Amino acid sequence: MLAGALIAPFTEFEFMRRALAAIIALSLGGAPIGVFLMLRRMSLVGDAMAHAILPGAAIGFLLSGLNLFAMTTGGLIAGFLVAILAGVVTRSTGLKEDASLATFYLASLALGVTIVSIKGTNIDLLHVLFGDVLAMDDQTLLLVAINATITLLVLAVIYRPLVIESVDPVFLSTVSRAGGPAHLAFLALVVVNLVSGFQALGTLLAVGLMILPAGIARFWSRDITPMICIAVLSAIVSGYAGLVLSFETRIPSGPAIILVAALVYAASLLFGTVGGVVWQLFPRRHLEA
Amino acid sequence: MAAQLKFHDVTLGYDRHPAVHHLSGEVSSGALLAVIGPNGAGKSTLLRGIAGILKPLSGSIGLGGLDHRDIAYLPQSAEIDRSFPISVFDFVGTGLWRAIGFFGGIGKDARERILAAIAAVGLNGFENRPIGTLSGGQMQRLLFARVLLQNARLIVLDEPFNAIDAKTSADLLALVKRWHGEARTVLLALHDLEMVRANFPDTLLLARGPVAWGSTAQVLTPENLLVATRMCEAFDESAAACAVDTPSRAA
Repeated sequence: MLAGALIAPFTEFEFMRRALAAIIALSLGGAPIGVFLMLRRMSLVGDAMAHAILPGAAIGFLLSGLNLFAMTTGGLIAGFLVAILAGVVTRSTGLKEDASLATFYLASLALGVTIVSIKGTNIDLLHVLFGDVLAMDDQTLLLVAINATITLLVLAVIYRPLVIESVDPVFLSTVSRAGGPAHLAFLALVVVNLVSGFQALGTLLAVGLMILPAGIARFWSRDITPMICIAVLSAIVSGYAGLVLSFETRIPSGPAIILVAALVYAASLLFGTVGGVVWQLFPRRHLEA
Repeated sequence: MAAQLKFHDVTLGYDRHPAVHHLSGEVSSGALLAVIGPNGAGKSTLLRGIAGILKPLSGSIGLGGLDHRDIAYLPQSAEIDRSFPISVFDFVGTGLWRAIGFFGGIGKDARERILAAIAAVGLNGFENRPIGTLSGGQMQRLLFARVLLQNARLIVLDEPFNAIDAKTSADLLALVKRWHGEARTVLLALHDLEMVRANFPDTLLLARGPVAWGSTAQVLTPENLLVATRMCEAFDESAAACAVDTPSRAA
């Protein structure tokens, strides 16, 4: 009976299978990016970027409908525009980077919502804000998969400089010129994955499937490689459980997925072997050496 | 012996204010040179200039055919994110960057070199520990292990013995001497005059400009040290542009 509830939705309905495939692709691409965002103390930058790319994605959406390629391109352009403008303002006025980024992403979010609501319908607006993983067509699914593939390939190329730059930026700058390009490529990957996440979770929650799994992984490992694996795994598990939850109840799929991830996070916070609350409250006896 | 480093009337500084003013001279290949001077004398600035992090305001620094990236440079307070989840082994392994780059594999040979470097600084048994669990002195040993792996002709260390105990300093000093024995060129910014007298053949006494440069015994005289301490540290905000002729640029 229970097995039926866990498997039947996917054997019976094609839209559930598509949703699961999309979630797995999103997890494979987004979770490793989320781990790096967290380790580089950029978790909230990811959130700001998710809002900043909205007008670009919205314009792409208006020009060619729910075409993920157009939305990705628009999102990339808007994302880089905001990142560069915020950087320029910071350098020329002495305003702190987070303050200028906050200004730009809020203006950007407002602009995006305006564009969508002027030209589109309320359903379009809801779709952009909250996404719908249960309405994946072939083309969208394919592009989410392509984005995940690109992410993994590019991440493989920039992995070493990215790790070294995160630990010891001065060292990397003395032995290589790869630091700057690697950072830019990483930002591009953040945008690519956010745009993918748009389809499934919407602009408000897209960053959730990147950051929450990273936070979960932090409580279970002290080394980056297992951390990335745990993050991907917990993203897939949260996505699957969220889909089942959404199918059995009337909770929308996006919030259901993020809520499940948040529950896993809370459990990790309590019982995680690396710095979990329970282990701190009831420490085991110290070792001999 | 050929010069590894040539300073052509170098001025280094920040916002046009010189921190190292009109330095000329050569460091011969295989030299072991201590750079000393009071706080604010420009020691770190000079080393940053050599490492290529800071561009000279005027003049130039010749590296004897080396690329900036072939220099092993250890800054005074390395900006290392010690909470980053990386093991001692992997961290030391980043010293091989110039040899393996983006994709080069870490084969058996490289593994052995990394383990040997970790052993050489006395961190055996720490290979799998996250770097966040190391003490200050162990951290400095870790950084020396990475310098060791960089296998550089020119090694530049900025106050590497600050705030570490006598045993660790002695161990790390032995490494510096080993590099000297291998005919590498080594520059260190230092504070401990006794250590300089006992271990370093050549010294540059810096107080914005060079006060004295040569064999340690001739440089570390009471008169020279007195001159160095009289240096005025503060930048003069209304200073005029430096009028000294710069022959190297005019030539």
